[in-house]
Amino acid sequence: MAGALIVALLGAPVVAILGCIVLRPAQVALLNLAASIVVFAVAVPLTVLSSGAPRYYWQHAIVLDAPGAWVVLCAAIVYLLSSIHAVGYMRLVGENSRLPSFYALFAGFALTILLSPLMNNAAVYWIAIELTTLVSTFLVVFERAAESIEASWKYIVLVSTGISLALLGTVLFYWNGSFVLGPTYAMTWDALRRAAPSMNPALTVLAFLLVLIGYGTKVGLAPMHTWLPDAHSESPTPVSAMLSGALLNAAMLGIVRYLAIADRAPAGILPRLALVVLGAFSLLIAALFIIRQQHIKRLMAYSSVEHMGVIALGFGFGGTLGVAGALYHMLNHSLNKSLMFFGAGNMMRSFGSPEIGRIREIGRQFPVQSGLWLLGAVAITGAPPFALFLSELVILRAGFRHAFAWAAALMAALLIVIFIGFLDHFRRMYRAAPPGEAAAAPLRAPGWCVVPMWLALVPLVILGLWWPQPLWEFFARVAQLLGVVGR
Amino acid sequence: MLAAQLDPLGASLVSLLAIASLLLAFVMLGSRWLDNYLYAFALQSWAMAAVAVVVGYFASAPELYLVAALSAVFRGLVLPYLLWRMIRRLHAARELHEALRPASALVVGALAVVFALGVSSALAGPLGLGGSTATLALTVMLATVLIGFLMLSIRREAVSQVIGLLVLENGIRLGAEILIPGMSLLIELMLLADVIAAVACLGILVRYLLSQFGSASSTELKRLVG
Repeated sequence: MAGALIVALLGAPVVAILGCIVLRPAQVALLNLAASIVVFAVAVPLTVLSSGAPRYYWQHAIVLDAPGAWVVLCAAIVYLLSSIHAVGYMRLVGENSRLPSFYALFAGFALTILLSPLMNNAAVYWIAIELTTLVSTFLVVFERAAESIEASWKYIVLVSTGISLALLGTVLFYWNGSFVLGPTYAMTWDALRRAAPSMNPALTVLAFLLVLIGYGTKVGLAPMHTWLPDAHSESPTPVSAMLSGALLNAAMLGIVRYLAIADRAPAGILPRLALVVLGAFSLLIAALFIIRQQHIKRLMAYSSVEHMGVIALGFGFGGTLGVAGALYHMLNHSLNKSLMFFGAGNMMRSFGSPEIGRIREIGRQFPVQSGLWLLGAVAITGAPPFALFLSELVILRAGFRHAFAWAAALMAALLIVIFIGFLDHFRRMYRAAPPGEAAAAPLRAPGWCVVPMWLALVPLVILGLWWPQPLWEFFARVAQLLGVVGR
Repeated sequence: MLAAQLDPLGASLVSLLAIASLLLAFVMLGSRWLDNYLYAFALQSWAMAAVAVVVGYFASAPELYLVAALSAVFRGLVLPYLLWRMIRRLHAARELHEALRPASALVVGALAVVFALGVSSALAGPLGLGGSTATLALTVMLATVLIGFLMLSIRREAVSQVIGLLVLENGIRLGAEILIPGMSLLIELMLLADVIAAVACLGILVRYLLSQFGSASSTELKRLVG
């Protein structure tokens, strides 16, 4: 049953890729949309099924466990929302002849993201993450402007370099495990977890730090985040949403799985401390750059750095509360950041400029759309009654309970700074243009671009008012799998 | 792990080749000419292939012969050819805007080796591997990775950056061949697929860079800030 679902999950994007090669440009958008609907429809039951014991398929190459399935679900949601948005948005970009290659890459990007959480071998997971980089480079550079070429060059060079550090860490973990499991063994997450208690502490710490820096580059934790604002801001909007809402989580999962291993090794507090420090530093950097930002999509990108920092803090604090908060935050951030990027992309197209100073009077021009966008902005800064308020509150509670109270206090302070800085930009965009400045009538975004904003906002409100009990039990199950119960 | 069990001849051959590949990394660090990077990189890849053969023979791990063949053909021939084509297209024979002169870069590289030696002796001591081939492999691995990083950060030409990345990965592979022969076939296959795809991607991007900026030096890439 679950095996067939996994085949459908990975098969749908493959069909879309093949279809994009064969079909006419007019049909590829709908084909990709259909694939994303299938992926979403399959990801939901997969997540439900994954709450039992981990299941293995294809000679233990593929694992379906609760943390992996959760990341798959988040990715599937973002893939669905951004596929809907892409139908309208890519018409505005006006590159009709290159649409098939765009959608083939887009579906391929989704495929690599969906693949990586399911990989049971730590080394194969590494290659899945590297594949996401290679595929998405061409999505970032799709518009071929000077800025997007620059962004994609920085993206591929920085992320490939970072990720090779993760490979070095992977090699050291394997070597470390070989003192326990013998010179040749299958490097599954499970094998590493079993070997962990007898691993050498110093080597474990070194290997974990390398993995943390490596995958942390991909997650966009400061100070390795420098590629992120460039790539997120210069790629077409549906791609920005995928990068931010789906890809970053998939890379975060690697850190979390290695953290579970380092936790069982006699490696002390240092691995956790390193994750907490990186998370707090990401929040700080994001706060500074959000306040002074002029570019609407870079604003959203720095907000992604912020939220990855929050998630890193959640996992770093640990305990059932920390893990549950971080996982809930992953879902909420995926929904909310998609909404924010869609709004930003629509406004950018409408006003013909990404500069916040040139986007004026959005309340009068687009009452509905700007309302959705503003609610999203209130939600993403962590105000009630939206879901991010709940998840951030839970993470804070986890933090204040033990040794990392300083980080929790810093997080609370920086969240307030970000709340003020972020919403101030929205205040500016509601204001009228200064007299004397000619205001050209903005273009309207098609309905395809507005519908996914509704689809993202409604669940955010529901999840903010009501944290379903089954979800709570699911998170507890993940925390138990990661071995943090009783902390 | 297997490295500890190599007999004296195998251990000395492996050590010799590992040190040779470290020296080749210094050749790249000390030069300004893109051609020199290319030849040194190709030679380094051949040295890695030789390491794989030696370890495969003395530790009787036959799959390492396959690693050696893949490494020699793809990293020793195919990748240098692709890079050679890239250099020809760029009309850039040498590095013009490095942040650190080659002489200073050599000094920093030497410091990196000392640091790597310190880290690996501290690690290998408690594992009971002090003074063995494993320590040397660990040192060369970490030092080559650091030198690759150095090349990436001080060089501006696109090709130099690609080669810096490849040197970094070569270092990891060398360590993997000696320390964990059990997984090195998987690592080799992974890295090979990865590196060829990455170089192809970078090649296409270099073409875009040329068409847009007229050069492929990253000094031009300064629009996106803040």
